[in-house]
Amino acid sequence: KATKVFAYYGLTSPPYKLDALEPYLSRRTLELHWGGIHRGYVDKLNEQIAKSTLYGCTMEELIKTTFNNGNPLPEYNNAAEIWNHDFFWESMQPNGGKLPPGSLLQQIEKDFGSYSNFRDEFVQSAMKLFGSGWVWLALKTNEKKLTIFRTSNAVCPLVWGDIPIIGLDMWEHAYYLDYKDDVSKYVNDFMDHLISWHSATARMFRAQAFVNLGEPKIPVA
Amino acid sequence: ALIISELELKPPPYSLNSLEPHLSRETLELHWGSHHRAHVARLNSLIAGTDLDGMGLDDIVIATYNKGSPRAPFVHAAEVWNHDFFWQSIKPNGGGQPSGKLMELIERDFGSFSRMLKEFENAALTQFGSGWVWLAYKANKLDVGNAVNPCPSEKDNKLIVLKSPNAVNPFVWDYSPLLCIDVWEHAYYLDYENRRDEYVAVFLEKLVSWEVVSHRLDIAIKRAADRAREDEKDS
Repeated sequence: KATKVFAYYGLTSPPYKLDALEPYLSRRTLELHWGGIHRGYVDKLNEQIAKSTLYGCTMEELIKTTFNNGNPLPEYNNAAEIWNHDFFWESMQPNGGKLPPGSLLQQIEKDFGSYSNFRDEFVQSAMKLFGSGWVWLALKTNEKKLTIFRTSNAVCPLVWGDIPIIGLDMWEHAYYLDYKDDVSKYVNDFMDHLISWHSATARMFRAQAFVNLGEPKIPVA
Repeated sequence: ALIISELELKPPPYSLNSLEPHLSRETLELHWGSHHRAHVARLNSLIAGTDLDGMGLDDIVIATYNKGSPRAPFVHAAEVWNHDFFWQSIKPNGGGQPSGKLMELIERDFGSFSRMLKEFENAALTQFGSGWVWLAYKANKLDVGNAVNPCPSEKDNKLIVLKSPNAVNPFVWDYSPLLCIDVWEHAYYLDYENRRDEYVAVFLEKLVSWEVVSHRLDIAIKRAADRAREDEKDS
């Protein structure tokens, strides 16, 4: 008798140990945030997908489909929050922060004027978010430009076809145990000590398969 | 002389450690002493010198909600309103059961007290993102000049459970709120971490002041009756 195999969505682990972001994010925060909240979204989505025609979609397809042009289906919040959290964990690394490497730094200087302008705008945007949500650095595919914006609750830039480069979780559960109401310190620590420019660079290279950031390079025969 | 009427930060009607062990002093120091306080300060700075300066908090909330296209001070005004209302909804040694008219209406509109609790709990657990959950008295009143209910009955006015995102409260939709629970994560994360279900259960079993809820219901019923009389006079 053949065993039935169900290939639902799994919980992806952060690419570092749960205490590796200390002292900026505590092990307890990650245990709850990844091991409790992120896991909860995966469990709930799998429960929904088990009885749904959406079974078999990639996560990206699932997010775009269930966003349903701004009238989200019940699966949307869970699907998008799984993707957002995976993306968030990989937006950080131990000993992160510092300056982005050359090619990315150039693009940031082109689109924001300077790294410090970019940094200020990111922090300001995060501080202005009211309620739960996310702050993003994303490549706008039409404008071919890096842009900072925030989204409420589970909204993910994939739904507009933009290509996220960095995502910061601004739900209170992300920082409350470690920073209480000191949002500014959380965001500044993220910029100075956690942000993974390594991931951002890899994401920019991938993005350039979809968006040409310079003059088109047409091979001449 | 120039009179500046600043809205003030109202303290909870009990000391900050008196809800322990259910809500810690630290939670109240941050939640009231910092979050709530920041909304009051921000509101005062936003309304200074505007048309809203000198209005009461209720009127500011309604005016800035602006029929669903909120003006900048709305979130702060509503959050001040919501937090005042939240602190007064709970008390040390709360919980238990309501009585009198409140219990009667709960049984009429939900079937039983426990079914109302279940519905309230479920709303609190499913509010996605920051927000609030309410028990409110909904008077049958449409904000449309010439709309008349052809067969009005006592049952048109009823108790409902509803949730609202971020700062919104049912007061702006002309309902009369009776009870609310704050389900922003800052309300429970230090004491309950991600176990919102425990927070909600403790809130209902150990903290709710049903006396306050009853008192609010009396006011809500009277308000609805006064308005119905006025409508009759007008028509």
